[in-house]
Amino acid sequence: MGLIQLGRHDKDGVPDVITGSLEKAVNWARKGSLWPMTFGLACCAIEMMAAVSSRYDMDRFGAGVFRGSPRQSDLMIVAGTVCRRMAPVIRKIYDQMPEPKYVIAMGSCATSGNIYDSYSVVQGVDRFIPVDIYVPGCPPTPEALFDGILKLQERIMEKRVFVAQPKEVKAALKV
Amino acid sequence: MQQLARHVQESFPAHVVHVTEWRGELTVTVAKDHVREVATFLREEPGMDFDYVVHVSSVDWPDDDERFEVVWEFYSIRKRHRIRLKTRASESDCVVDSLSDLWKGADFMEREVYDMMGIRFRNHPDLRRILMPDDYTEGYPLRKDFPLRGKGWRDTFEFLDELPR
Repeated sequence: MGLIQLGRHDKDGVPDVITGSLEKAVNWARKGSLWPMTFGLACCAIEMMAAVSSRYDMDRFGAGVFRGSPRQSDLMIVAGTVCRRMAPVIRKIYDQMPEPKYVIAMGSCATSGNIYDSYSVVQGVDRFIPVDIYVPGCPPTPEALFDGILKLQERIMEKRVFVAQPKEVKAALKV
Repeated sequence: MQQLARHVQESFPAHVVHVTEWRGELTVTVAKDHVREVATFLREEPGMDFDYVVHVSSVDWPDDDERFEVVWEFYSIRKRHRIRLKTRASESDCVVDSLSDLWKGADFMEREVYDMMGIRFRNHPDLRRILMPDDYTEGYPLRKDFPLRGKGWRDTFEFLDELPR
């Protein structure tokens, strides 16, 4: 990914100088250590569990340590049908996650409500939390979920880490 | 099966409206005000011994005068026989006796019927909504005249306004 450029320091050709931007190093570290939240709501959760199992082994992408607490995780995989009564809970859990945080809407239900065009089902989880990646499928296979995670890792690599604070924030901090 | 039906019918000739048997399923329809008597009989009569309530549900027949139908299904673990008890209620007076003191398991199932269909149960210990939130005001979702997409609740996220900006 163009992160590590090896320079040759000595005549024997052993590389020992590493150059690259700090931003890329930070992003590289972040993308290789995603800690997902277990947020299975319906049948998609079964595929999510399969993705962590030994056959598919989500740990290969550094995203295998599922946590039960939002305080310890930075990726929320919303897997399944989101009922309206569940919506405030999801929002609360999302708010409890420390920055930087990412959301994958796994499956058609979390993406758009799927066939459940009814009084109780939210028509897409992006109505109340920001979503980074949408994984289609009903339910998506573990491979599809991996594709979503790899796409998310690509997006994390493009993120700006060291950015100037907006003026309002700066002013607020000085007070 | 026949014997069971006859026993119920002979014990309550005035209250039993209708008895059918279809594919081995016995259904007894009772007048609304006498549900409790028949249910007590089913529970306590030695030949009956219905000690387990399988399910409580409700049906909406919007074209009928007595629009709502409440259905109880009972099973006897000792005698291994089943019976289905039905009663009808009109929309203006949809109050049915609660059977949750006879069968403890009917408690939550009657609450579900109340939540989804709006049928009230007399003498229920804790008749609140069980699936929908307590402050849900759009009505009773399983009624046939309730719009499928609801009345806007699924798209209003009032908790978003309370978040710090």
